[in-house]
Amino acid sequence: MNIKNDSTTGNKHAGDVPKELNEWPLWEVFVRSKAGLDHKHCGSLHAADATMAIQLARDVYTRRQEGVSIWVVPSTSITASDPAQKDNYFDPMADKVYRHPSFYELPAAVDHM
Amino acid sequence: MKVFEPMQASISISAEPQQRYVLRLADTCLILAQRLGEWCGHAPALEEDIAMTNIALDLIGQSRLLYTLAGKMNKPNEYSEDQLAFLRDEHDYLNFTLVELPNGIRKGLTNNFAFSILRVFVMASFLKPLWQRLQNSNNADLAAVAGKALKESRYHQQHAGDWVVRLGDGTDESKQRMQDALNQLWPYTTEMLSNDAVDDAAHDAGLGPRFGDVKTECLADVNAVLNAATLQTPKATAFVSTGKTGRHSEHMGLLLTDMQYLQRSFPGGVW
Repeated sequence: MNIKNDSTTGNKHAGDVPKELNEWPLWEVFVRSKAGLDHKHCGSLHAADATMAIQLARDVYTRRQEGVSIWVVPSTSITASDPAQKDNYFDPMADKVYRHPSFYELPAAVDHM
Repeated sequence: MKVFEPMQASISISAEPQQRYVLRLADTCLILAQRLGEWCGHAPALEEDIAMTNIALDLIGQSRLLYTLAGKMNKPNEYSEDQLAFLRDEHDYLNFTLVELPNGIRKGLTNNFAFSILRVFVMASFLKPLWQRLQNSNNADLAAVAGKALKESRYHQQHAGDWVVRLGDGTDESKQRMQDALNQLWPYTTEMLSNDAVDDAAHDAGLGPRFGDVKTECLADVNAVLNAATLQTPKATAFVSTGKTGRHSEHMGLLLTDMQYLQRSFPGGVW
């Protein structure tokens, strides 16, 4: 790495380094709150690699006993649906109430489903 | 529960060796936490800022439990954890000199991350085997503190040790900075791993191991990480620091003025 010395501040900075090498990559963090439940997305953070991402996720997102297990995923590995396509994608489901299983008569014994 | 009157004046501690043994540990945890707390808002990355203050809070938690224990041991009158933490004069603090050194003792650098994170790693490598043995203390309170603290020190050692390897085995510059930090820190480890009459008294009473008894385990962990980090272990010197006997470096007084200011100005002040 070509580290330049900034004579005005005395601070070292990576002036000639491409941005993708100068900045830690972004990771998405998923935390399981207790055994048996699923991992839920809770935020993101910057870390140099997966090991550091797990440690920092522990320090940033589980300080108040939020979790018993952590997953981290590089943010670049996530493909998201296009927000501009939201209407086409999701609005057609609005008038299809019959897809909810709410038209059955349940025996009293299983009434709490 | 005993109620302690708010006080402003300095207190002094009894010279009882078992109490001094507990205070050496308590003070070492507290003063290291104070130095780590100075990074709050200044760490190289937001995430690491939170990680460092988390470690500091673990250490403060450990020191609080130990101060409560040491306060009960004081003769003739007992002291509270706050009185012990904030109302002693410099010569009654018994921490290792290593933990009171400023975060940046490299010329021109006020905050030297390499030195701070290396110090966390070395201290955790010392405290981990110590807590392990203290779980067998004949003092039930101390054994309970050790059981809780052991898990915390294991994490501190892992997190800080990873940084030592990253920087030591990193770029030419990061390696040089970590090696410089190691050269500065190393002479202060002699005090930590040697024994005196206080250690013997604690050992003979079944309170805990002599600090020097964990030397082999501590150095095995430290050397494994230094090797992975491609760093050179400095040669031993004749210098031995004396913080644990109450004779401190010139940095301790300034640290205490900062740390004690609030309690001295507002006796008994709470959140």
